[in-house]
Amino acid sequence: MSVVADTSTPGTAGGAGRPLLSLRGIAKHFGAVRALNGVDLDVPAGQVTALVGDNGAGKSTLIKTVSGIWAPSDGVISWEGRAVEVHTPREADALGIATVYQDLALCDNLDIVQNMFLGHERLGRRLLDEATMEKKAKQTLADLSVTTVQSVRQPVGSLSGGQRQSVAVARAVMRDAKLVIMDEPTAALGVSQTAQVLDLIHRLGERGIAVLVVSHNLTDVFEVADRIAVLYLGRLVSSGPAAEYDTQRTVELITTGTASAAPAAGSGNHTAESKG
Amino acid sequence: MTTQQTPSPEGTRDPDRSATQRSASPSTDPNDGAVSLDLAVQAPELSNSVGEYLRAWAKRLRSGESGLLPVVGGLLILGIIFQVKSHYFLTAGNLTNLLVQGAVFVLLGMAEIWVLLLGEIDLSIGYVAGIGAVVTAILAAPPDNFPWWAAIIVAMAVTAAIGALQGALVILLGLPSFIVTLAGLLGWEGVLLYLVNGHGTGGTIRLSDSVLLDLSNGNLSPTASWVVMIIGVALFAAVTLLRDRHRRVSGVVAPPMAVSVAKVVLVAVAGVGLVLITNVNRSVIGNLRGLPYVVLIILGFLAAWTFVLGRTRFGRYVYAIGGNPEATRRSGVSLGWNRLWAFTLTGLTAGAAGILYASRLGSISNNIDGGTLVLYAVAAAVIGGTSLFGGRGRMVHALLGGLVIATIYNGMGLIGLAADYQYMLTALVLLAAVTADALARRGRTKT
Repeated sequence: MSVVADTSTPGTAGGAGRPLLSLRGIAKHFGAVRALNGVDLDVPAGQVTALVGDNGAGKSTLIKTVSGIWAPSDGVISWEGRAVEVHTPREADALGIATVYQDLALCDNLDIVQNMFLGHERLGRRLLDEATMEKKAKQTLADLSVTTVQSVRQPVGSLSGGQRQSVAVARAVMRDAKLVIMDEPTAALGVSQTAQVLDLIHRLGERGIAVLVVSHNLTDVFEVADRIAVLYLGRLVSSGPAAEYDTQRTVELITTGTASAAPAAGSGNHTAESKG
Repeated sequence: MTTQQTPSPEGTRDPDRSATQRSASPSTDPNDGAVSLDLAVQAPELSNSVGEYLRAWAKRLRSGESGLLPVVGGLLILGIIFQVKSHYFLTAGNLTNLLVQGAVFVLLGMAEIWVLLLGEIDLSIGYVAGIGAVVTAILAAPPDNFPWWAAIIVAMAVTAAIGALQGALVILLGLPSFIVTLAGLLGWEGVLLYLVNGHGTGGTIRLSDSVLLDLSNGNLSPTASWVVMIIGVALFAAVTLLRDRHRRVSGVVAPPMAVSVAKVVLVAVAGVGLVLITNVNRSVIGNLRGLPYVVLIILGFLAAWTFVLGRTRFGRYVYAIGGNPEATRRSGVSLGWNRLWAFTLTGLTAGAAGILYASRLGSISNNIDGGTLVLYAVAAAVIGGTSLFGGRGRMVHALLGGLVIATIYNGMGLIGLAADYQYMLTALVLLAAVTADALARRGRTKT
């Protein structure tokens, strides 16, 4: 608990002055169980924020709170500087918050276009406008450099894990998501598929989209994250630019909630200068 | 490991680091960082030439997307066997008779497909069809004397309401559709007995309205048969060619021109064949020629339901719910309403099938075997290629599967084999179809 969560100037690298999403004092209780306890977190636009923590630390609870699965018991969610309430996934969707769950929520029997537009079909004369949807889907995949999908009319069930992840992310991007939340995006993937997905996450950041990634895999986290936030037993014990963390310190924070290497920011910068 | 631990100042991305990661990975393209995705299965629609199209189609066959091929093949094999055994099988009169016999199976199969696509089942449609027949018969008879169309509308409204009621129980109470409709199988038979026996005509209600009788027994005149067939084929050609052309012009995935034309030619040949067969005089003593009305009714339902499934948002959601209900819910789709509509359409279509059934027999009696009818309906859908596991299937599957069942029924009768062999052969065909479905699923998961 000795490390104070960094809330000072979160958007330093992204350029934006205020964070896109800002959580203050978020708490979530399930009966007597306190899953989240006063979490403060800023997610700036155009950056990849990694949310790490041990099992039961509250990572899933936190992202479900932001994505509208359930309301927080206490605390304030600010979106683009104004306080909002997110009660349903639809409301989160309307704000521009898209969540890519671990199971990806794809229908295997539908093709890529049908999946990307599921629930948001384009209609012409009250009928499905397949041509418009197909073009938009192709464009989005091309924008994300997912260029080698030869047919967007392929059933999603026949795609590989990385391809499926790409479709799920492209769906979020196509709906003009400003924040994409990804739950363990690389958990079920092999080496090359993981590289594809991490690449995709990079490109989301480059397009000015904020990404909040939950991951157990610290290798992936350090590969992809601009910022790191550590949850420990429902509290946010540390957050800041990824430069201020190394594997050892992060593991300490995850397992004990405290880190011996203090002051954190100074040592991180020092390391960067000496190596770079 | 060291590169990953190297912190970059202020969290900015170090371009060298990304580049190293990319080139280190074998499956990514170092030039533009594009994710290179290998295609497991190539959809035939994406190919430009006919040759490519056929190759992609063959590839899809091998990976388990066999489409209509098994059922059409099965139909041909059955036809050959029965023709060898009985030379009467392939006569015009018998083939027309087969179409009329198959109509009820086909329509019940279409009713069942609505719920099968959701991943549910409806075991009650045999007796729901019976209710549709009974309501029509009672209303059209004295003392009510409804005109035929009013009797049909009320009857189909009743069966649609029955479908909606069963659907509501499944959706609101979260009960398994198997159990709810099993209760329906028993309960609606009870209601049917109550209605028929209460009518006071000795357990059978006769149809006397000529239009109601003609639904299954009447024919267009030979000239009208040609006219209707030509209009139908022209409509199909216009819709197919215009849509495919529109798709090619818009630059979206479309089959090659030759394939679109081939489809139209195939349908035209089938249409001409149908009219040639049905226009042969099939009566020994009088003159009985022309396309049966029931064929038009079936094709009308086929076109309407195929359109709803393929072109409307509701149809898309039916497939989505069958594929992955949780994903569909998270996409903001109301599962309840869409499932309710599907159950309602099952009831509606079953009611129509019941009216055709009564029309063919000229009456509806209290010994209608709704249990066998529903099993034939499920069998028709599955033999045609619709999956019992939800999310996969088309209305045309009921047409082809229903024809297979009618062929067995008809052919076994012709070669003098009674119900015992008929049931056994139907069982074998059904097992073969379900096995094909299961093998196809295994093929799909492997890719």
